[in-house]
Formats: sequence, C-alpha cells, structure tokens
Amino acid sequence: MRITVNVNGEDHTREVEARHLLVRFLRDDLELTGTHWGCDTSNCGTCVVLMDGEPVKSCTVLAAMAEGHETRTVEGLADGDRLDPVQQGFIEEHGLQCGFCTPGMMLSGRALLDRNPDPSEDEVREAISGQLCRCTGYLNIVKAIRWAAAHESAGREEAGSQA
Amino acid sequence: MQVPASFEYQRAQSVEEALELLGRFGEEARVLAGGHSLLPMMKLRLAGPEVLVDINDLTELDHIDETGGELRVGALTRHRTLLESPLVGRHFPIIHDAERVIADPPVRNRGTIGGSLCQADPSEDLSAVCAALHAVAVIRGADGERGVAMADFHRGPYETAVGAGEMLTEVRFPVRPGSGSAYEKLERKAGDWAVAAAGVALCLEDGRMTHVGVGLAAVGAGGLHAEAVQELLEGREPSPELFEEAGRVASASCSPVTDSRGPADYKRHLAGELTKRALRRAVARAAAPAAAVKEG
Ligand SMILES: Cc1cc2nc3c(=O)[nH]c(=O)nc-3n(C[C@H](O)[C@H](O)[C@H](O)COP(=O)(O)OP(=O)(O)OC[C@H]3O[C@@H](n4cnc5c(N)ncnc54)[C@H](O)[C@@H]3O)c2cc1C
Ligand code: FES
Ligand code: FES
Repeated sequence: MRITVNVNGEDHTREVEARHLLVRFLRDDLELTGTHWGCDTSNCGTCVVLMDGEPVKSCTVLAAMAEGHETRTVEGLADGDRLDPVQQGFIEEHGLQCGFCTPGMMLSGRALLDRNPDPSEDEVREAISGQLCRCTGYLNIVKAIRWAAAHESAGREEAGSQA
Repeated sequence: MQVPASFEYQRAQSVEEALELLGRFGEEARVLAGGHSLLPMMKLRLAGPEVLVDINDLTELDHIDETGGELRVGALTRHRTLLESPLVGRHFPIIHDAERVIADPPVRNRGTIGGSLCQADPSEDLSAVCAALHAVAVIRGADGERGVAMADFHRGPYETAVGAGEMLTEVRFPVRPGSGSAYEKLERKAGDWAVAAAGVALCLEDGRMTHVGVGLAAVGAGGLHAEAVQELLEGREPSPELFEEAGRVASASCSPVTDSRGPADYKRHLAGELTKRALRRAVARAAAPAAAVKEG
C-alpha cells in the first residue's frame, strides 16, 4: 500500500506492507536512525517518537496508522544548528552515557515541557516511566529535563522584559 | 525482529463503514484500536487476523458525556483522556486510581477503554473497574445496538459478547448519589501488569452499602466479577469485621495461577487484602465525597 507520512514537518510517500511498523519505516525507509529500537515488545521505550506532539512507542504503531498525523523524531528536535533546550540540558547535566535511551527520553521530555513548562521531579519521573535507561540511574535525565525547563522559563522572562 | 504476519489494512471513516467492513470479512477481521494488545499478540502469532479495521479516525467514539444519570464513554477514549478527565474523577475515583497505574504514559496515549474491555485479559485493570461499577457495554452491529451488562460481556479469558460483524461503541456508567469507589493494585514495578488488584464501588444509603460492585484483576477470569463478595456486602452496614469477612470471601472465590508475577497462594492472599483496602477507601469516599475530591 502507498502511504504518506509527515515526519519532522515533511511529507514522505512510500510503498509499504500493511504490517510495516513505524519504527522500521523511520529507520529503514527514511534512514532516520536516531529513533532506536530495542525490545520490540512495547516495554523498553527506546523507540518513542511524538505523534501529534505526544509520546508513542513506534514499535507498536503501524506506519500506515501514522498517515494523517505529525510524527516528530529526535532529528526534528534541533532548529538547524540550534539545539533544543532539552538536548542542551542532556549535555549540561550529563544526561546520557551509552545514548541508547536518549532520543526517546529527550522526546518525552520535550512533550512534557510543551504541556507543563515547570514540572516537579516527580512529574518528570512519571513522564519517562515507560522508558528504560540501563546506564544513568535516571537522576541526570531528570536533571537534564529540569535544566531545560529552567532555561526555557528564563528565556521567556527575558523575552517578556524586552517586550 | 518481530513483525506481524501479513494482513489487509482498512481504515474506517465512520462507524457504519467499520461495521460494513467487519460484516464483510466476518471472523477474519479484527478491530484495530490503540493496537497495544493486538499488535504485540500479532507479533507473537497469538493472533493472526487477515483484515484489520482501523477505527482510530472515528472521533465520534472518543467522548465522555454525562446524560440521563449516566456517564457515557466512547470505546475509542484513550487511557490518558480518562485519567485527565475531572468529570470521570469526580464520579468515579476508581477509574483514576486504576489509570494512574495502567502501563506508562506512551502506552496510555494509545490504549483505549474499548480495546481494554474487548481484549478480555483477566489481568486488564479496566475490566475489573468496569465490573465493579456495573457498567453497560453498548455493542453495535448491522442490525442495531444492544446494551450488555459487564457480567455478561466477559465470557471468559479473551472472549466477549461482541460477535463477528459487531463492535463495542460505548461504555455507560450509572451515576448515583452517595457513591464511593476505589482501586488497589500491587505491581512489581512502575507500569507493570498487576500481581493482583481489586476494585470496589458502592453507595451509602442510610448508612448501608448498596449497589455494591467488586472486581478482581489478575486472579483468574472468575474473579473479574466477585459476586460472592458483592452479595455478602449488599444492604449491610460497613464494619471492620464485615470487611475482614469480605477479604476472606474474595480470597476464597478467586482462582489465581502461579506465574512470573508470583505464586498462586500469595495472589490469593493479595486478593483478600486488596479487597479490604479498596472497600475501606470506597466507603470513606462515599461518606465524605468532598474529602475524596481533594484527595483524588
Ligand atoms: C507495555 C504495556 C503495558 C501494559 N500494562 C497494562 C496494565 O498495567 N494494565 C492494563 O490493564 N493494561 C495494560 N496494558 C494494555 C493496554 O491497556 C492496552 O492498551 C489495552 O489492553 C488494549 O487497548 P487498545 O486500544 O490498545 O486495544 P487493541 O490492541 O487495539 O485491541 C485489543 C483487542 O480488542 C479488540 N477491540 C478493540 N477495540 C474494539 C472495539 N471498539 N470493538 C470491538 N473490538 C475491539 C481488538 O480487535 C483486539 O482484539 C499494557 C500494554 C502494554 C503494551
Ligand atoms: S522497541 Fe519499542 S518499546 Fe522497546
Ligand atoms: S544512557 Fe545508556 S541506556 Fe540510557
């Protein structure tokens, strides 16, 4: 079947089988290998991407189901050379070690901040609770997302005072 | 790499079209809602439908309305929508108790109430919740609509009253004054399926418990509707001794199996203990609804 899926703001049309999973479509067809793939059983959360702004596990979504929706992957986080504050937060707070869970963690962090600009530590932990990290012990991931929250709110205040 | 076997994909644009497709393909077709039970089962070859009818575009099935003394929840309503609905929390704190501990945020973004009930896995939290609340499932087919009480909806593990060519469109919950409800679940880790869980819903009328509903999850299909516990409690005044007795009856009436989540006798013990805890909280909430709102 022929599907058109919008990924990071661009439409991509491909001929696929109905059983083709979104994670494979992103990685194999579009060569967007930033979306990782781990357990294949909707448990580890490394395959998390955003669909219409909300985190979903792309190993458990058919590529065909993504048609008509906006998919955002880690490749769509930065604005040209300017990193998203969540990405910057992972650098500042040492939020990754091997990096396997990182794209999904950053996308869940982004989705959280878009709804809740000043999340508590518990709210951050809840938001990433469907995603496993075998390296960091989570502490620095939580700090990274909160770094981004603080940074974005400072940015908003600055913009406000300039206006 | 796990991939489902080949199938034909149909994306329905209306309930009528979905029913037409389901009618045309009969036993070969399955509804695809959130896909978070069905796709994993297809990957494992535990399910092999030839046609999937995707209902995700049917926004008319994604709604929560209060009308005529009922809360009507569309079959495509996601776990997350239920969790975030103040209306649901106000009438049925049991649903929020359960939704907080069903899977994890990305799964809750996709999974639906209709999929949960139709999956009919004895470990499904919303099945126990809907059993406790004496919900009514609205099933639609080519010949129209019928309402089926939860006790008749679940026919056994992975079996429901939804026939070939039919689909679940709505779940209706009776809204009653003086009601209270609660869900207690023990899980091994955040987002996991229950080791065991218990849901209780009731009303307090002149100090007596009425419309009592008790549903148990993960302790065998027979536990889903804990009728013996309901009968014990109906019309009685709450007391610690009665709660103890209710726990004993819950333990005795379920049939858990030993698996990776724990041995059967432990789960049996949990069924009793969690029933008591849910009962205490449900009664407290019915007695002081304002406090329950603050807590919830
Ligand atoms: C990692 C993970 C953890 C989970 N943890 C929990 C948990 O702790 N507790 C819990 O209760 N659940 C849990 N679940 C299950 C989750 O709640 C699922 O989303 C739910 O069971 C199925 O909903 P769905 O919309 O995804 O259904 P689908 O997978 O789309 O469908 C399930 C079945 O129902 C049928 N169906 C769906 N909708 C309809 C309809 N309207 N009419 C007729 N038939 C229909 C389908 O044909 C299929 O047979 C978990 C799932 C995952 C992947
Ligand atoms: S690969 Fe999707 S959840 Fe693990
Ligand atoms: S950084 Fe290695 S899994 Fe998270």
